[in-house]
Amino acid sequence: MMNSVPLEHILFVSTALFFIGMYGLFTRRNLITILMSIELILNSVNINFVAFNKYLYPAKLDGVFFAIFIITIAAAEAAVAIAIIINLYRSHQSIDVEDAAELKF
Amino acid sequence: MSNYLYIILIFLLPLATFLLLGLFGRKYFKTSAGFIGTLSLLTSTVLSLKAAYQYFFIDGKVDGVYQKIEAIKFTWLQFSPGISIDMGIIIDPISVMMILVVSFVSLMVHLFSLGYMKGEERFATYYAFLSLFTFSMLGLVLSTNIFQLYIFWELVGVSSFLLIGFYYQKASAVAASKKAFIVTRFADLGFLIGILILGFYGGTLDIGTLIQRLTSAQSAEYIGITTASFLGISCLTWGLVLIFIGGAGKSAMFPLHIWLPDAMEGPTPVSALIHAATMVVAGVYLVARLFPIYSIEESALHIVMYIGAFSALLAAIIACTQTDIKRVLAYSTMSQIGYMMFALGVSQNGVENNLGFTASMFHLFTHAFFKSLLFLGAGAVIHMVHSNEMKDMGGLRKWMPVTHFAFLIACLAIAGIPPFAGFFSKEEILLAAYHADKMIYGVALFTAALTAFYMFRLYFSIFWNAPVQTESHDNAHHHHHSEGTMTMKLPLIILTICAMAAGFIPFSKFITLSGTPTESHMDITFSIAPVLLAILGIAVAMKLYKNANDIPSRIASSMGGFYTAAKGKFYVDKVYLFVTKKIVFNLIGRPAAWIDKNIVDGLINFIASLTAWISSLIKGIQSGRVQNYALYFFGGVAGLSLIFIYWWK
Amino acid sequence: MFLSLLIILPFLTSIAILFCRGLKQVRSVAFLGALSQIGLVGYVLAKYWEERSVGNNAPMLFEYNHTWFAPLNINFHIGIDGISIAMMLLTAFVVIAGVLVSWTMEKLSKEFFFLLMFLSVGAYGFFISLDLFTLFFFLEVAVIPKFLLIGIWGSGKKEYSAMKLALMLMAGSALVFVGLAGLYFYAHSFDMMQIAQMAIPLEVQKFFFPFAFVGFGIFGALFPFHTWVPDGHSSAPTAASMFLAGISMKLGGYGCLRVATFLMPAAAHQYSWIIILLATIAIIYGAFATMMQTDLKYINAYSSVSHCGFVLLGIGMLTKTSVNGAVLQMVSHGLMTALFFAAIGMIYSRTHTRDVAKLGGLLKVTPFISTVFVLAGLCSLGLPGLSGFVAEMTVFMGSWQNPNTMYRLATILACASIVVTAVYILRAAGKTVMGPMSEAYNEITDATWNERLAAGILIIAIVVMGVAPFLLNQLIMPGTENIMNKVLSITGN
Repeated sequence: MMNSVPLEHILFVSTALFFIGMYGLFTRRNLITILMSIELILNSVNINFVAFNKYLYPAKLDGVFFAIFIITIAAAEAAVAIAIIINLYRSHQSIDVEDAAELKF
Repeated sequence: MSNYLYIILIFLLPLATFLLLGLFGRKYFKTSAGFIGTLSLLTSTVLSLKAAYQYFFIDGKVDGVYQKIEAIKFTWLQFSPGISIDMGIIIDPISVMMILVVSFVSLMVHLFSLGYMKGEERFATYYAFLSLFTFSMLGLVLSTNIFQLYIFWELVGVSSFLLIGFYYQKASAVAASKKAFIVTRFADLGFLIGILILGFYGGTLDIGTLIQRLTSAQSAEYIGITTASFLGISCLTWGLVLIFIGGAGKSAMFPLHIWLPDAMEGPTPVSALIHAATMVVAGVYLVARLFPIYSIEESALHIVMYIGAFSALLAAIIACTQTDIKRVLAYSTMSQIGYMMFALGVSQNGVENNLGFTASMFHLFTHAFFKSLLFLGAGAVIHMVHSNEMKDMGGLRKWMPVTHFAFLIACLAIAGIPPFAGFFSKEEILLAAYHADKMIYGVALFTAALTAFYMFRLYFSIFWNAPVQTESHDNAHHHHHSEGTMTMKLPLIILTICAMAAGFIPFSKFITLSGTPTESHMDITFSIAPVLLAILGIAVAMKLYKNANDIPSRIASSMGGFYTAAKGKFYVDKVYLFVTKKIVFNLIGRPAAWIDKNIVDGLINFIASLTAWISSLIKGIQSGRVQNYALYFFGGVAGLSLIFIYWWK
Repeated sequence: MFLSLLIILPFLTSIAILFCRGLKQVRSVAFLGALSQIGLVGYVLAKYWEERSVGNNAPMLFEYNHTWFAPLNINFHIGIDGISIAMMLLTAFVVIAGVLVSWTMEKLSKEFFFLLMFLSVGAYGFFISLDLFTLFFFLEVAVIPKFLLIGIWGSGKKEYSAMKLALMLMAGSALVFVGLAGLYFYAHSFDMMQIAQMAIPLEVQKFFFPFAFVGFGIFGALFPFHTWVPDGHSSAPTAASMFLAGISMKLGGYGCLRVATFLMPAAAHQYSWIIILLATIAIIYGAFATMMQTDLKYINAYSSVSHCGFVLLGIGMLTKTSVNGAVLQMVSHGLMTALFFAAIGMIYSRTHTRDVAKLGGLLKVTPFISTVFVLAGLCSLGLPGLSGFVAEMTVFMGSWQNPNTMYRLATILACASIVVTAVYILRAAGKTVMGPMSEAYNEITDATWNERLAAGILIIAIVVMGVAPFLLNQLIMPGTENIMNKVLSITGN
């Protein structure tokens, strides 16, 4: 049971997920995709929390709690973000981030 | 000491009149202003007479010496312990003599103006200004404190400004009033700095104390002021010379005389009061007031003497060439004040008991009468002819007999013909000059002859000579105007009597430097030369101007450049104009304004644009793109992580 | 405690104005407020004399100290001496005159009067503060309304001027703050009376004095930071010009004296030659620059630069008399320049021009306004009997007591400026109210009752000060003595 999957593998997956999210965040111009990328980043963190909890402190549950906490926050964040996106669409007829550049100098 | 408190009324009454007429005159006293003003002046004059009688004949003398009495004194503004402006009233022979002259001449002018200024739109304002002037002038002569004197000095300056500029819509009057004020202000700068010097070293501003401290050679103040020096000249000399500059400005001494001829733009009665009898002698009065200090400082006194003598001569020469009758009188005033000045100047090393001082005051006294008479006479002439130019006049003796007679007496008086007033005072001055400095005496004698000449040139041109106008025009002119109302003739008559009688007052019995009465001694043999010269001057003038002829113009052309220069007032005005317009405005004013706009303000604006430029350089960072910001954010986090991991340890 | 009323009352007035409707209500509330300010300051004055007459010689009277922010030792500490009362009297007079000349301000009247009153809150607060932080707080309160007053109600290039003025004054207060903070970090207190007791090392003083002095100096038109004055004044509406020149510029002079010189006397002595140099330049150069101006408001603004130079000169000379003169000059200049701006405003509202070349002969149609104009001018050129003379002569007399030859030359130059003043004042008067009049002005009418009242109040103040200067002199003398005793005890002469 203990030697089924090594910690490194899981960390590798989470790191990959984090950078996929980062890549999406910086390259995509569609706000929905950006939001999805953020979710990926958050989930990569979740994986880290669960994995470290499992491998380093199996007797404790703090990491799992944090993961659940982040999932809650992510849900709320998604709700707010989608609300912003909808509003942005209403005012700009677009959800492209580059169209919403009013706050430049 | 008996009570002199009522003297305060003498100069507060005109102030009250000024306030009353100034605030409400336009509305309520449009026509009665003249009577109110004249009445209040009449009261002041009566009170001055009473004061003079009381002082000179009843209780002024203690042990045969006229005392200085301080009737009132209170601290007006305390600068520092010991140095304060005190408002007070001093009563001594010269101040009593001055209040008498000022209130009397002012009364005559008030009276004359009733007719002369009748129907003027700003009649009430005119009387308000006259009252303001009388108040200031009376305050000036009664001052106990040198700063108090300066205060009233400025006030007479401003009332003179207001009265010269009375016809405010006339550009030349406005310019003249500005010129008068600014030139005298410039001179007052000297006065002010002189006060600062004397006040600092003397440790007081009170005239009496100042004189006492600075004339005793042992006092700490005297040692202090004579040892302190600037540019190698002792501070005492500096102080006195600077104060004299102030006096020279007010008294129109060369080279600060340029405002006086222009000041004739004012109404003629004003010229009689301010620019002939009272204000312009303030400079003489100032020097006389501080005379004990001047008398121990020979170099300052020499300056007074030379400036006075030179001004007397210069003005007399210019007066011979002018054609505006008021300007002739103005230059003659300047010349006579020059007499008074150098009389003070020669007094120091003069004959016994400072004869020059008494002579100067005597001349001031007599001059006030005959010069105001001349101006009022000129006023009557101008009132009739509506012109200031000699060429518009002639043959007026038939039309205005009273004026003619008055003018003749005044001319005889100023020319120094016995037994008229001017003879006596001029004689004393000449005597003082003769004993002190032969060169000055020569100048004075020559000036006396010139005076007789130009005064009679004026007299013959106005009252004799053939009228130049065509007959019909002439008639129309003269029939419409009679000689003037009774209020205009009365002052002429009164002043004529004064001009005839004033000389017989034994002046040295009342006014001497030490306060001790002396006998004036008249030496008949000494008088022969000046009287003969004066008669010669009159004769020449009669020959040239009694009947129309072309001798004057021939003489003028034979004199060539000198005549042109004299007619052009020796170009002093031109020099001033050059200095002010070209140098002050163009070389100082304009650059100052330019520097302020472009350099100082430019610097401030440059800082503003520098800030704007830097911000435009870095504003590109604020692209408005969310992803860029996220990138900075992650870059920052990554950078900080690296720092923490590798540097911080 | 009752001193707090001086802040509360104008503040309540400004709040009340917000609840008014229409110009009529607004202006009557503002007028009542201004009137009550005069009453209150008069009451304070009476109480002050009462205290002094029973022999209370404390440097500050009616002190009140309330902790504001304990961790930083910030207190609401107020108290007054004669100097502050003189300044508050000036403020009260200028405020009421300002309200009266704005009697027909139609545009956004509620906001206008609100800002005017709010500005006076700052001024009163500034003059009664004994705590540096409180003082700074009120200084800022007095700056902001000016920006709006000029920006909204101004004329000409008003945005530029408003911006310039606000930025320069903000820069000034930033410098002031550095100076105050420096004092605080040495003394661990913002309390002026406490700091005054301490012996602050010369190095500390020398470092922080320039910040405080230049900072306040910007408010008081210190050369070369005076350029906000001409632009600001000329763009501001009449009442705001009056407030600016009559009150705001005095904040600077008062601060230079009360904060910079009083708390850092050794540095003031060290740097006095620089102050005198700058002040003399300002006096002479301001006067010459005035001579070339053609806009009436610019003339008065530049002459303000010149006249405020006398304030700084008096402070720089550091003799009792000269500092006394500086305070007198502040009061005198405040009254006189407010009167001048009021007259200019009256002329401008009728002729719609301020260009002296286009004006002329106004004495004929508007005798009252013209007389006011000439009176203000005569006061400016130092005619005895009006306030300017008293103040200038005291400064000269005091400056001369400083025996340094170079300083005396500076005094002579300053004296010489009164001749230049005469030139530009008479030039302005000659071209505006005298001379031939243009036909276009035949129809204009003389001053209305509110304008007469405004001018009358200021003229009475000027004349009283000029005729009976001993009244004011007695009031401020103990205050300046108190300051100068400290300074002289440090510098030792």
